[in-house]
Amino acid sequence: MKKLACLVVVAFAFAMVFSPSAFSARKTIIKIGINAPMTGDIPKVGEGSKYAALLWLEDIEKAGGLEVGGKKFEVELVIEDNESKAESAVKANTKMITQDDVLAIIGPQSSKQAVPAGEVANKYKTVMISPWSTNPATTLDRPYVFRGCFLDPFQGPVVANFITDEFAFTKAAVLYDVASDYPKGLAEVFKAAWEKKHGAGSVVAYQSFTTKDTDFSSQLTQIVKSGAEVLFTPQYYNEVPLIVRQAKELGWKGPIVGSDSWGSAETVELCGEPCYGLYFSSHYAAAGAKGATKAFIDRYTDNYGYIPDDVAALTWDALQLAQQAIQDAGKITGKIEKDRTAVKDALTKIKNFAGITGNMTFTPEGDPIKCAVIVKINDNGEYEFYKSSCP
Amino acid sequence: MEALIELGQFILQNLINALQRGSFYAVISIGYSMVYGVLMLFNFAHGDIFMVATYIGFGIATLFLALFTGFLPGPLIFLATVVVTMFLASWVGVFVEVAGYRPLRSAPRASAAITGLMIGIIFETGILILLGAKRLNFPPLMESISYNVGGIYFTNVKVMIIIISLLLMVALHTFIQKTKWGMAMRAMSYDFLAVPLMGVSINIIAPLTFAVGAGLAAVAGILYGQAYPILDPYMGVILGWKAFVAAILGGRGSIKGAALAGYLIGFIEIFVATIFPSTLRDLIAYSIILLILTFRPRGFFGMEHSTKLRL
Repeated sequence: MKKLACLVVVAFAFAMVFSPSAFSARKTIIKIGINAPMTGDIPKVGEGSKYAALLWLEDIEKAGGLEVGGKKFEVELVIEDNESKAESAVKANTKMITQDDVLAIIGPQSSKQAVPAGEVANKYKTVMISPWSTNPATTLDRPYVFRGCFLDPFQGPVVANFITDEFAFTKAAVLYDVASDYPKGLAEVFKAAWEKKHGAGSVVAYQSFTTKDTDFSSQLTQIVKSGAEVLFTPQYYNEVPLIVRQAKELGWKGPIVGSDSWGSAETVELCGEPCYGLYFSSHYAAAGAKGATKAFIDRYTDNYGYIPDDVAALTWDALQLAQQAIQDAGKITGKIEKDRTAVKDALTKIKNFAGITGNMTFTPEGDPIKCAVIVKINDNGEYEFYKSSCP
Repeated sequence: MEALIELGQFILQNLINALQRGSFYAVISIGYSMVYGVLMLFNFAHGDIFMVATYIGFGIATLFLALFTGFLPGPLIFLATVVVTMFLASWVGVFVEVAGYRPLRSAPRASAAITGLMIGIIFETGILILLGAKRLNFPPLMESISYNVGGIYFTNVKVMIIIISLLLMVALHTFIQKTKWGMAMRAMSYDFLAVPLMGVSINIIAPLTFAVGAGLAAVAGILYGQAYPILDPYMGVILGWKAFVAAILGGRGSIKGAALAGYLIGFIEIFVATIFPSTLRDLIAYSIILLILTFRPRGFFGMEHSTKLRL
């Protein structure tokens, strides 16, 4: 019996040493890490990221690999679940960089995870492109960290201007999650932009809650009482339906406006009719898209049965950017540290990249300059282009 | 005068908000309190039993709405959903007792408490594997109609939640005080070593207690689905913890106490969030509870001999 056990152990040891993965490390496979919330608070975001990545991989495989400097390399995706938690996103990045030897990382999506995870990527000198994180801190002073979307300091004023132009309101209320980087940052930016336009005290209610809260009645009661004309709530799809519903039940009559975090395919599905007719700022609008954007939307819809949300489109763009940078780098040496830095240098030089969510040129900070769109949820529950706003 | 009316409206509005929130804490905390009373153990899986019950309710509600809409009146569908969900969820409670706690009945209390936590995690991940991480939208079992009475807004759903919760608690109190089974439970909570010698089997009373607790959690789950219709596998954790605090605060095995404490926590939470920034809500709420427990270590209605607890 003991001998048998010994034999098994030895066999395993051999299998581990001579397994294909041990060999492949020498064959130089280009590995791209995806750090996304597959479970946790916003799994739909993770699903969109994964699906977009799989479509990208399909293209690469169809072409027989990724061509860099005249040589074709096999590409592998390493998809890690960050459970929508900051600490898990950090762990996922560390693992992908130190164990899986990824060349670049796409993700995490939300600022709550992207801000701390960017720290790790920058420390290990690995390119990280967050497709969806709009908080400035993600890329600030981190040469290796990039993003695929506009920033909150841009988005906040866009929303403030839109509400002012559209409704001519002067009193606004804000409801946001104080424990999450993205809503907190955007709420602050919006407040500053609004007060700059309408004077101090024009944000008549500035109410907060904490992640995982489901009851917003005391905050909403105060917002209703404050006499605000519009409610801005930069929350995710798991909270938006509850906020909208409870607000209406407590006698809120005005419009409710959101930000790009509303853009998930799930928002309308969970919220239903109460959300029809509301507006939010976003990266792209699926209804009425043209050209490459439409091609992507159609392909995604055919494969997965629903219209891709902004996260999927941005992830697609981020992967295209990464691909472009890898190809621009000219060659893959197989020395991972050197290759990572070469990719970073190539990425900073990309000009006027034509993505499906708009054209991108990076600032020295690693942020693209691109337009925002205001989306209206129409009476069929579709995300309809309403107007666009460029810097 | 105007300002005074406005303040009155504001307070009343928050009172209604707090009653709704408190109802959930109260009904769920009774499940903790009963098990704690009878078996002297904290069933830490109760929050997750509530979660599973809500998912069962979701399934039954979806099924019944698809089968009977336009064919049976709405309130009847609601009632049928509640009854069937209660029945199924009680078996979840029985399962937890038989599979999780019974083998550990003579083990140290800490082992049993850890078992509860583990069962909770098994339920959470089980649902995650079974249904995926996708959020589910609990279908509305009745049309929500908003009323405005003198500037105070409430919906029929809110009123229903508060009334059903109160009715449940009264019914349970009667069951415990007036029936033979209730008497057996009370006896067991008085001395669970001597009572089995009198011919009352703990192997019947213990699963019954779990079944009743889970049944209550099922009703709470359906009502929760009406008020906050987004379901996720971890929804029971925080609610469970707060209900657990309510059970301790109410006193061991006391239905009255658990209900009262549940409402109290609801009130403190809503009013603290009204006056202070929401970040301070839990800090202030639980500081108040800590203070109460310092002066009343056995909670509101805790019995003298509950010091026997060996956790």
